[in-house]
Amino acid sequence: MAVSTPSRNVVLMSVFRGDADGGELVNYRVPIREGMVVLDAVLWVQANMAPDLAVRWNCKAAKCGSCSAEINGFPRLMCKSPVAEYGEEFTVRPMRTFPIIRDLVTDVSWNYEVNKKIPPFTPSAEDAADPEPWRMQQEDVDRITEFRKCIECFLCQDVCHVLRNHDRKDAFFGPRFMIRTASLEMHPKDALDRRPLMKGEGGVGMCNITKCCTEVCPEHIHITDNAIIPLKERVADLYFDPLRAIGRRLRGKK
Amino acid sequence: MATAPAASSHEPLPGTVQNPYSALPNWFYPANVVFWLGLFVVYAAVVVLVERTGRYGPYLSPFFSPEINLRVGGFLIPPAIWVAWAPLAFRLTCYYYRKAYFRSFLWHPRSCAVNEPKRATYRGETRFWIFNNLHRYAFYAIFIQTLFLWYDVIAGLLQHQQLGAVLGFGNLLMLVNVLALSGYTYGCHAFRHLAGGGVDCFSCSRVRFALWRGVTVLNVRHDRWAWVSMFTVWGTDVYIRLLVHGVIPHAAWN
Repeated sequence: MAVSTPSRNVVLMSVFRGDADGGELVNYRVPIREGMVVLDAVLWVQANMAPDLAVRWNCKAAKCGSCSAEINGFPRLMCKSPVAEYGEEFTVRPMRTFPIIRDLVTDVSWNYEVNKKIPPFTPSAEDAADPEPWRMQQEDVDRITEFRKCIECFLCQDVCHVLRNHDRKDAFFGPRFMIRTASLEMHPKDALDRRPLMKGEGGVGMCNITKCCTEVCPEHIHITDNAIIPLKERVADLYFDPLRAIGRRLRGKK
Repeated sequence: MATAPAASSHEPLPGTVQNPYSALPNWFYPANVVFWLGLFVVYAAVVVLVERTGRYGPYLSPFFSPEINLRVGGFLIPPAIWVAWAPLAFRLTCYYYRKAYFRSFLWHPRSCAVNEPKRATYRGETRFWIFNNLHRYAFYAIFIQTLFLWYDVIAGLLQHQQLGAVLGFGNLLMLVNVLALSGYTYGCHAFRHLAGGGVDCFSCSRVRFALWRGVTVLNVRHDRWAWVSMFTVWGTDVYIRLLVHGVIPHAAWN
């Protein structure tokens, strides 16, 4: 089954092979070529040594968000990780935060269930009835465009210690859905208030600002600074700021 | 093809996961934070509780500004006590320092994608740490204190000139300190929210948008401002304290 390869210009890649019942790291010697990324190496193994190796991938251009894995234990897109960065040996494992299906493929469907809990874009009745096309200014577009760069690779979800180490999927939507919520909350034409959701089921209070999500984001979205912290501040406006509460009472608002 | 010892993909990995985006080992950041922040806290506690003055001629230590000398039954209440609570509260609830101490002192997590020690159920900032939501009130206090520090710098320069000197080394230190503290204070995430981050429509409020952009310029380097300002406070106090205790001579340019 194993293909003999030259001893020079090869790397030793250990890939997790197995499923929910268990598995093991299997070593493959892979010939390297200039510009090779980890996904190339995995696909080479699939083509030459292990045709049954399960791996999810699509674009190989860091835009589809499919090939998320843990290389030497750190969450990355395989297609954006040069083999040359890892020396002669490295390991490739599936994302730890989600249930494994097989080999490098995990079941990320929990994320799609979370997504359904976030109310979608909801304009005011006045805007909804406006027959004219809406006009938005560039500065308003720029702010939410950053969040819409998300490719849903779920690396941020994978690295978030609330989900990864503490398995608090019951209490926190995770960084990806903080930026989705922020993109809706900061939209000038959206009229819905998602702060109660964020304080409650969304669990923005579970984040303790360790910024690992920002570190792993392949789209370089400032998840913590531009989405999670602003959401925390908006939740504080409503729930934790006594002066604002008094102001709301004086203005006759709840 | 060879196989490594059997392992589950979700089995805890050794705590040595290396962040591929950083050239530093993953213990470097928490170890540095523990050392420097710990040392500063001890130093600050001694100054606040033991020292009775921060005044040396035209110079005033940032620990003692504004000067409040209150005696109760002939006993001078340590003057820094009236001041120290504000920077303590500001830095304790600061979004950057939260990352620093959660990672370094509490190992929540120590570094991205590493294991955490087994502990009770993780609740993030929803229970004990919920007071972090009052960061904006600490900002209000530190905003006022920074204005006192600016006053001290200007008053110190004017007093120095009345004494016949143009500029003292202490004046320079105080100026650098207040610049660093201003960069830290006015780049605060809570201030960014108050300045304009809480607004959904930037184009509807040009003044707040301009202010938000200004704060954002400082905010993107909030971590560096946090460290630099800590060391400038430290250095300024050490210099003035050495003068107060007659350890070093006063240096000035005539």
